[in-house]
Amino acid sequence: MASQEIALTLNRAPGTSLVDRLHRLVVTVDHKELGLMYIGTALIFLVVAGLMAVAIRLQLAVPNNTLLEPEVFNRFFTMHGTAMVFLVGMPIIAGLGNYLVPLMIGTRDMAFPRLNALGYWMFVFGALLLYFSYLGAPGLNGHGSAPDVGWFAYAPLTGRAFSRGHSTDYWILSLLLTSVGSTVSAINVVVTTLTLRCRGMKLMRMPLFVWMMLVTNFMIILALPSLSAAQIMLLIDRYLGGHFFDTQSGGSAVLWQHFFWIFGHPEVYILIIPGFACLSEIIPVFSRKPIFGYPVMVGATTMIAFISFGVWAHHMFTVGMTSVGNTFFAISTMLVGVPTGIKIFNWLGTIYGGKIRLEIPMIFCLGFLFQFLIAGLTGVMLAVTPFDWQLSDSYFVVAHFHYVLIGGLLYAIFAGLYYWYPKAVGRLLNRKLGLWHFWLFTIGFHLTFDTMHFSGLLGMPRRIFTYDIGRGWEMLNLIGSVGAIFQAVGVLCLVINLIRSLRHGKVAGNDPWDAWTLEWATTSPPPVYNFENIPVVRSRRPLWDVKHPEDPDWKYEDSGEQGESIR
Amino acid sequence: MRLRHHKIVRAVLLFAFALTCVVFAGHVAPVLGNTDGVTSIFRPLSQPAQEIKELSLLVLAICGAIFVVVAGLLVYAIIRFRHRAGDEASEPPQVYGSNQIELAWTILPLLIVFVLILVTSRTIADIQNRQAPPSAVHATVIGHQWWWEIRYPELGIVTANELHVPTSDSGGSRPTFIKLQSADVAHSFWVPLLAGKTDLIPNRENLMWIAPTRPGIYPGNCAEYCGTQHARMLIRVVVQPPDEFQQWVRDQQQSAAIETSAAEGRKTFFANSCVNCHTISGTTAQGKFGPDLTHLMSRTTLAAGAAPNMPDSLRKWIRDPQGIKVGSLMPNMQLTDAEVDQVVAYLQTLK
Repeated sequence: MASQEIALTLNRAPGTSLVDRLHRLVVTVDHKELGLMYIGTALIFLVVAGLMAVAIRLQLAVPNNTLLEPEVFNRFFTMHGTAMVFLVGMPIIAGLGNYLVPLMIGTRDMAFPRLNALGYWMFVFGALLLYFSYLGAPGLNGHGSAPDVGWFAYAPLTGRAFSRGHSTDYWILSLLLTSVGSTVSAINVVVTTLTLRCRGMKLMRMPLFVWMMLVTNFMIILALPSLSAAQIMLLIDRYLGGHFFDTQSGGSAVLWQHFFWIFGHPEVYILIIPGFACLSEIIPVFSRKPIFGYPVMVGATTMIAFISFGVWAHHMFTVGMTSVGNTFFAISTMLVGVPTGIKIFNWLGTIYGGKIRLEIPMIFCLGFLFQFLIAGLTGVMLAVTPFDWQLSDSYFVVAHFHYVLIGGLLYAIFAGLYYWYPKAVGRLLNRKLGLWHFWLFTIGFHLTFDTMHFSGLLGMPRRIFTYDIGRGWEMLNLIGSVGAIFQAVGVLCLVINLIRSLRHGKVAGNDPWDAWTLEWATTSPPPVYNFENIPVVRSRRPLWDVKHPEDPDWKYEDSGEQGESIR
Repeated sequence: MRLRHHKIVRAVLLFAFALTCVVFAGHVAPVLGNTDGVTSIFRPLSQPAQEIKELSLLVLAICGAIFVVVAGLLVYAIIRFRHRAGDEASEPPQVYGSNQIELAWTILPLLIVFVLILVTSRTIADIQNRQAPPSAVHATVIGHQWWWEIRYPELGIVTANELHVPTSDSGGSRPTFIKLQSADVAHSFWVPLLAGKTDLIPNRENLMWIAPTRPGIYPGNCAEYCGTQHARMLIRVVVQPPDEFQQWVRDQQQSAAIETSAAEGRKTFFANSCVNCHTISGTTAQGKFGPDLTHLMSRTTLAAGAAPNMPDSLRKWIRDPQGIKVGSLMPNMQLTDAEVDQVVAYLQTLK
């Protein structure tokens, strides 16, 4: 143990000055450093956008509240949504992919290291540009501040007639920048996965994490151009006299919605599939069993990706499509439920018959399973078009997608943080603080978002800065706001844990969880070159084979057997 | 010591959980119960909303059953296969999958989806493809930032923010068909007790219908974010028995009352640019930008529900519209207090 302490201290490159270290940050093209920079930056924006959410909840805590002016409130929910999707979700996914994919496929770096750095810095400057709008957007005529058109920025509210000043321009340009960043990073992950796998790692031997990252990054490449194109068209409308979305000159408001959601719905899966990816690594390790039905998991992920490009108009059931159109999108949307259900069942199958170790990563995964199950079922309700006519744009929808993105994705990210932090830092996160984090956050999450389902059913529309007494919304909103405080304190526990454990955490060793994928075969943190010798694998769980030479996986995989039957 | 500490933590958590359950139980009640003023989609009073409710309950039941089964299995698996002392010694049997089981949990959801698709498409067609019977009332609702213009082209009525419709019997004999348009940005018409929402989109015409059976005033909101005062864009649907509705129609068809008592206010109104935005029928005020004021006093609220229609709030509204509704497009006309009083007196004659 003592020698490990010394090794960790040495690894921190003693004697480097702050300037040197900052310089290193700017010039680095190492996939691990960039990955951590992505995750670190995303966590900062998670806190910023999270505090905006807390402000929103405080404003809505009581009816007719005057804490926030309507304009300020509208900017807050716009910035909250935009930041959470583009400055938290996307980069944290890029960060996990960057850090873990090369380690998991047994290679020394990404295929295009410098492109990798470009992607990160595009994201950072795009993000800064978005927040700079608070200062820059008023422009010469004094109108506007931060963007206030909502994160999906429906036309024609974004036209110059209704959005004066430069706030919408900041929204467009900053997202164009981050989109370029996300796209190059996605290309990099895809190419790395397809070309740099170590010897013996066939596609069907890749860890599911890598499979799912591959699929998600393919989706990024296909989905983002639709958003970028629409944003450029909007810029043309605003400054070059175009009329794509300018309804006053015969443009189409619905066209924007199609463009946006052709990006926007796959985006939801782009965000959640990496969550699935984390779960598919963590659940097997803490159940002490291989993932149940690996080929089916790969197939289900691919199916979700395909179907997700054909469901976008379920965000538009209220725009007055024909009954045929509405029926088509109801069907395609419900079909997504099938592969998604298969995944939940397969995780269940993995747990079943295992020996479940309730470490913090696993606890977050179990939270995910329950919450994502509910999110999926409310998703089915929203797919039922007539039900959606009532629920669309109400707080029920707000509850639904926060269940997906917080109860699902964020729990998976938390699980991933607790799981891979020891690999990246060499020290474990504190378990007690982790438990506080989990329980405070979970209680807060349910107080806030369970109640929102009910206020939605009671007719409360989203994005209203205040409401009157008498429609049954008061207590529900108050409870929701109390929950926000719980969540904030929970995240505070995480932040303290992340910082404290850098120096005071228990030393992890190479393989603290007794896991099976290649990242645990190298030191924690891994050396710049990742592996002294590039590994050779014969199965999906190379470290299992090493640890159990008497009963290696490749025996079953090569023979095509399913292993022991279920008791 | 350590053990006791854990027990306390566990007790606190249990208490918090129990409290949450109680609070929830208390607040599920208004969703299903019959509380006044609460606009739950589960106690609809009009045809399309009723049909949606029936479908919703079926979907809820199916989803609830799935939840109970899957969550039950999860809880069972977590408890049954939790880590126990001595488990470190060996790994559990390594099971890689089972084609039969996976086929089963692919086909079962497919069957459920099939059922859902059938009931869904039936309800969609039922609601969307309804033809207007000859007896139907036709109205046009036009969304503005941040108020509703309401027109009855066949009856020659223009009003705002309050849609009057006659009651229909349960067979839907006299439904109201509503054309939805927008003058500026996208809005959405949502009165939960009567129907699902339909958007008002500029350069496009949407159609919806309602057939409420019980008289009453049904509140609703704009449900598509439309700018600063999206929250204060409230709609009311006033459902009246047929004869009361006929009386309302006759009243609205009258030109504006001209009373000598408010001559000064009338003069002030017409001398200012009020007339550029507001219409008062039978006068030179023919502005189209703001709500029609011909029968202002027949409405219960001002500024799309931002304030009650009382002399006092009317006075405040005219003196400083931003004070009541920040961002409102009605300008402050910089009238003196005396002038404001006169204009209020005049507007109060517009019954």
